[in-house]
Amino acid sequence: MDALTQLINGFGTALTPENLLYAFLGVLLGTAIGVLPGIGPAMTVALLLPLTYALPATSAIIMFAGIYYGGMYGGSTTSILLNTPGESASVVTAIEGNKMAKNGRAAQALATAAIGSFVAGTIATLLLALLAPTVARLAIKIGPADYFAVILLAFIAITSVLGSSRVRGLASLGLGLTIGLIGIDATSGQQRLTFGVPQLADGIDIVIVAVGLFAVGEALWTAAHLRRRPIEVIPVGTPRMSREDWRRSWKPWLRGTAIGFPFGAIPAGGAEIPTFLSYVTEKKLSQHPEEFGHGAIEGVAGPEATNNASAAGGLVPMLTLGLPTTATAAVLLVALRTYGIQPGPRLFETEPVLVWGLIASLFIGNTMLLVLNLPLAPLWARLLRIPRPYLYAGILFFSSLGAYSVNASSFDLFLLLAIGALGFLMRRFGLPVLPAIIGEILGPFAEEKLRQALQISNGDLSGLVTPVSVVIFVISALLLLSPLVRRLLPRKATPPVLTEVGEVLEETHHHEQVVAADDGRAGRPPSA
Amino acid sequence: MRSASLRKLAAGTVAAGLLLTGCGTTADGGSASGGSGDGPVTGLRLMVPNSPGSGYDTTARAVAQVQEDDDIASGIEVFNLEGAGGTVGLQRLVNEKGNDKLLMQMGLGVVGASYTNKSEATLDQTTPVAKLIEESEAIVVPAGSPYKTLDDLVTAWKADPGNVPVGGASNPGGPDHLTSMLLAQAVGLDATSVNYVAYDGGGELLAAILGNQIAFGATGVGEVAEQAAAGDVRILAVTSEQAVPDVDAPTLTDEGVDLVFTNWRGLVAPPGLDDAQTSAFIDMVTAMHDSDGWKKALADNGWTDAFLTGDEFGTYLTSESKRVASVLSELGLA
Repeated sequence: MDALTQLINGFGTALTPENLLYAFLGVLLGTAIGVLPGIGPAMTVALLLPLTYALPATSAIIMFAGIYYGGMYGGSTTSILLNTPGESASVVTAIEGNKMAKNGRAAQALATAAIGSFVAGTIATLLLALLAPTVARLAIKIGPADYFAVILLAFIAITSVLGSSRVRGLASLGLGLTIGLIGIDATSGQQRLTFGVPQLADGIDIVIVAVGLFAVGEALWTAAHLRRRPIEVIPVGTPRMSREDWRRSWKPWLRGTAIGFPFGAIPAGGAEIPTFLSYVTEKKLSQHPEEFGHGAIEGVAGPEATNNASAAGGLVPMLTLGLPTTATAAVLLVALRTYGIQPGPRLFETEPVLVWGLIASLFIGNTMLLVLNLPLAPLWARLLRIPRPYLYAGILFFSSLGAYSVNASSFDLFLLLAIGALGFLMRRFGLPVLPAIIGEILGPFAEEKLRQALQISNGDLSGLVTPVSVVIFVISALLLLSPLVRRLLPRKATPPVLTEVGEVLEETHHHEQVVAADDGRAGRPPSA
Repeated sequence: MRSASLRKLAAGTVAAGLLLTGCGTTADGGSASGGSGDGPVTGLRLMVPNSPGSGYDTTARAVAQVQEDDDIASGIEVFNLEGAGGTVGLQRLVNEKGNDKLLMQMGLGVVGASYTNKSEATLDQTTPVAKLIEESEAIVVPAGSPYKTLDDLVTAWKADPGNVPVGGASNPGGPDHLTSMLLAQAVGLDATSVNYVAYDGGGELLAAILGNQIAFGATGVGEVAEQAAAGDVRILAVTSEQAVPDVDAPTLTDEGVDLVFTNWRGLVAPPGLDDAQTSAFIDMVTAMHDSDGWKKALADNGWTDAFLTGDEFGTYLTSESKRVASVLSELGLA
């Protein structure tokens, strides 16, 4: 295999002491910036760029790639410990991860995130090395119509995160969709819900919304109840993953990889939608669906694997087509250009040393990240034993720091506080926070893709019909209709007593979930 | 004992955080107070009105780097103030009346955004310093497109503009959008009939072109030159006055379309500067422009030199503003 020989040569490039040092520096820095909300890998690479002119191109790119991967690791740490996602890719991790941390299982959550990231990163990098050109050619065939179909599927999956009260869940979703509308409409150039405030014209960043609703809202809520309720001591768990944890983690890791890698490779794919899809998939397939919302390890393992796989996937179009699909990839392209390297379809031929050195260094960086992060997990977990007033003060401090450092604008601080207050009110009135965040992620994507698809077909609805989208539409329809069909089929027995109706409804509901889970499993390709 | 070590851990984390954010917000400010006497200009801040890694950002950082290397200025702090297509930054600049230590990196996109965002601050309030570089836009089709020449494309476009979608990597008011609209006007199409699909960045646009999803794209020639060289896309025309080196494509005027339009970037200073302050900025930028470092930066980044200073740049800025305003008002955006 040509790719394999090239890869071995790549290891030759990456394993020089100097390049190993830069890879290590990159992953260390990446982890650190991933931990801090607001400073993303894209910004870090851009800031470092002028400082690295003196380095050889290969070393600099190896370091930058370390930052890229490291950022994906680091983002999960604050998500799990502090409910404060550092990057949009780790928003979903916070859902179960933070619940696990509160149950005294922070070390396990961090460990499954680290190992999952390693597994997914390694498999995805291998796929990158072996399949990049093929995947890239397929990925650009995915048009807005196909993408819209996937988002529609994700919208259907939202029902599983609405919580116990459908009405409140939908209200929360509506809030998120509304927040997603804020900003300039990309098609017409008209401003929506900006009230003449220029800082709102670009919309509200998902990280600010997530940090505001999750972390600030919760800090305010806790502060409001601190004196009235006995302090719940976070139990001290064992620092290691048990056999059971391993058993429940490995499948989500692999499924996460399968979901994340192709999404990363699709232009505009990103990590938000696949991490969410991974979460709902794990929830559907889990043998412990009741644990979801209370700290299910699958809900951390899946999304964390997904976001690392999508990071590797994102390098596919960048290296093979010169297409940046994420902000970080765009900055990496700029970096390549400043070294006089033209990224594009000929990069594999014109710069084999650089490309294969980079790919090899991704394997090395991934291993370094695991070695770096796994022993840190129990240490990080001990952070939670800080008394709560200090802990929440720290959370507020980091949240504000993150919100402020993105733009150095005091406006963002007020925005964070306002969203935090919204998060507080949502808790006060029993609205689940999660649907709002999912709504803000999915809403703008759905709108953009739907409108692009319809614009391209000049308003003709047939523009939404492609071979890929039809398959996804059919899956969505099956998911939607299966409970209905079940209901129409004759049942074994119907308890006649009125007082039992409530229980029956609960049972039916549970039954439906099981049915849906079965369908989900049947509909999956065998390769997953 | 345990709580003491924990406190240390927490303190360490906070310190690391502060250190990192310090890096984040003050960028290259490490040696800010290092300059002395009449030597290099000191204490200068250069605002980038959009995100790190963007075109403006790259340009601003190159400007800072060259000035540092050649001792024209020392300790330039480049900082990003994103928002609303650059108009958040523009507002800040206009508010800093009389500040002779602040410059803003800007370009055609900010001109458009100041209209589409109905910005209170406008570019004619600022002090024009210099136009630095320009980049031609390219009219580009997928390799498998039936349109072999610009003429083929224009004929089809005029026949049924709705079914010939054009893609660009900018929002309404941005360079790609303006190129599409000006081209439409130049060939006798009503700008409102153009089916312009906005993509989020050059990568998505390129994917849409490669994937044959749109009829043609209008975007910076640098975004597609490599793909054109590899035969994945075909550049039908470039929008600059002269043909672009290493790009095998005619200009619009060669093809009989009366339109010359380029995306450009330059520097402006806050309002209310006196002549001495203004000429100090112009001298500084001129010294940078004449340096070898800048020539190298131009070559490395594939930028075309388009140097204009002071009043000349001011006149150019006014004429560009008028042109942009006329297109956007036809579309109801200005």
